[in-house]
Amino acid sequence: MARQFMKGCEAIAEAAVRSGCRFFAGYPITPQNEIPEYLSRRMPEVGGTFVQGESEVASINIIYGAAQTGTRAMTSSSSCGISLMSEGLSFLAGARVPMVVVNVQRGGPGIGAIQPAQQDYNQATKASGNGGFQMMVWAPSTVQEAVDMTYAAFDYAQRDRNPVMILADGVLGTIMEPVVLPEPRSAEEVARLKAICRPWALVGHNPETEQRALVDSGDWNTKKMEQKCIDNAALYESWQAEAQAEELFLEDAEVVVTAYGISGRIAKSAVKLLRAEGIKVGMIRPRTVNPFPAASYEKLDYGRVKAILDVEMSIPAQMVNDVRLAVKDRCPVETCLHAGGEIMGRREIMDAVRALYR
Amino acid sequence: MEKIYSRTKLLREDMVSGFCPGCMHGTIFKMIGEVLEELHMESKVAMVLGVGCCGLAKEYVTYDNTTCPHGRGCATATGVKRANPETLVFTYQGDGDLASIGLAETMSAANRGENFTVIFVNNGIYGMTGGQLAPTTLVGMKASTAPKGRNPKEHGYPMHVCEILNQLTAPYYLERCSCNNPANTRKTKAAIKKAFQNQIEGKGFSLVEIVTSCPTNWGLDPLDALGFLEDKMLKEFPLGVIRDKSKEEA
Ligand SMILES: Cc1ncc(C[n+]2csc(CCOP(=O)(O)OP(=O)(O)O)c2C)c(N)n1
Repeated sequence: MARQFMKGCEAIAEAAVRSGCRFFAGYPITPQNEIPEYLSRRMPEVGGTFVQGESEVASINIIYGAAQTGTRAMTSSSSCGISLMSEGLSFLAGARVPMVVVNVQRGGPGIGAIQPAQQDYNQATKASGNGGFQMMVWAPSTVQEAVDMTYAAFDYAQRDRNPVMILADGVLGTIMEPVVLPEPRSAEEVARLKAICRPWALVGHNPETEQRALVDSGDWNTKKMEQKCIDNAALYESWQAEAQAEELFLEDAEVVVTAYGISGRIAKSAVKLLRAEGIKVGMIRPRTVNPFPAASYEKLDYGRVKAILDVEMSIPAQMVNDVRLAVKDRCPVETCLHAGGEIMGRREIMDAVRALYR
Repeated sequence: MEKIYSRTKLLREDMVSGFCPGCMHGTIFKMIGEVLEELHMESKVAMVLGVGCCGLAKEYVTYDNTTCPHGRGCATATGVKRANPETLVFTYQGDGDLASIGLAETMSAANRGENFTVIFVNNGIYGMTGGQLAPTTLVGMKASTAPKGRNPKEHGYPMHVCEILNQLTAPYYLERCSCNNPANTRKTKAAIKKAFQNQIEGKGFSLVEIVTSCPTNWGLDPLDALGFLEDKMLKEFPLGVIRDKSKEEA
């Protein structure tokens, strides 16, 4: 398949279309404007719908409506816009409606900085809204990975009837890289994927001959509401087996760098350079941050691993808490951090590793 | 004997309504069911329920429906309708839902001329949560969060949703109705039918406001509440067609 040179945001948008996404609603915010801009011209070409919502609150609820029909739907935003979507995300997860949400993270809190950061880890993985719901959260580190994860995200969403998040950042959103795009799903296939949803979807069932659809996040019957929570929890638990991480040089590593997304990519090149210097350093890069790939840390030989270096573009560090839970005090976990739109430097990571290696 | 009236099939027979005595939600849902049957749209309908007392209806109706976040009805309906234009989509929202927390979603959907129908039930108060001040509460009318009554200096004046929407170009049909007597109830039903027909014909945004009573939270028995509705509410919210583009087209 042909390689193309594409900007991250546009590649994500095209991957969504190729996966069968036929509905997008969103509100402008840097650094993800290229996603709605691209889809405003691309959706009509494939018979899909593009809506510029009046806010992120409206956009996520427009998606809540569209996705209820079984149509593959997506929205995207950045940090403070994602906060406004938390209400809708909670309803989507509560009512078990599939969709994909992309967070092209910027610096935070508040309006923060429009430059790249990884300041929304806890929000994405722990509490994207009220009610203790969870989403699968995929964290790409290259444009190619963003494409592949976005393409797959719609399948996970449909399988689980639950929102899925792509947790990107301002670097990935704006960088241009060569990518190989997946084959687009045919119109027939897209229609078939929608038709599968019909039993639960808000499509207008015949009340005399069919079970009507009630798409609802709540229940006044406390027993039934409890059962909903139990079923949701079982879904979240089932993801454990699907946690993914890229592992590098762990066989003999004495220091292990861990980082996700753009930090993971920068860390990877630092680790390779350190290896060339003969330093026994390895790397764990979570590709899913929810579920968190704890097994990768469990496998480590803590007789040999002296320390773990958690690298994040977030201050305070956030993923480090999951890393510490997985490491269970078997070795020290240190951090190497930037925030506010300051991008992690390879040299800083290398210096931090050398300090731990001695 | 000839049967000249039967209950709409679109309301479940095995449920007992939880609406308070004198509440008009039950009448409105009955009329909606009848209109859907008359239009043969029973199996093409998708209702988007706002948050408020109307939410009870999710279990009473036999057709497809969804509950959305408080105030977001017009956003959710935008998604449902645009994704499946062949379904008949309507929102059902109270005044707190539509005109306070959901004002942006309502105005924007109306301004886009979205091709769905809004059933807007204005009882001048927050019913579900126990009688708090609504954007439509009358001046001087007591609310649980305005114990001395609505004071314009502090709370401003009642909001007239139809008149505000009438400033926009896109909306196709705006009518204010009531269910205070049989004649007006019939007019309400005709307005709902017209609004649904507009949608079927692809005309765009229609909103039917229905001025109702809330005996429980007004602190009045149902008959006195009806009196208050006629003497006070309908003075502030006069009934009639506010916009009908089909007339302009003719
Ligand atoms: C985000 C959010 N805020 C507040 C509430 C609580 N709440 C439920 S119903 C309601 C008011 C409903 O009033 P109205 O829309 O006038 O409908 P009514 O109950 O009078 O029919 C409120 C504030 C909620 N459910 N969600």
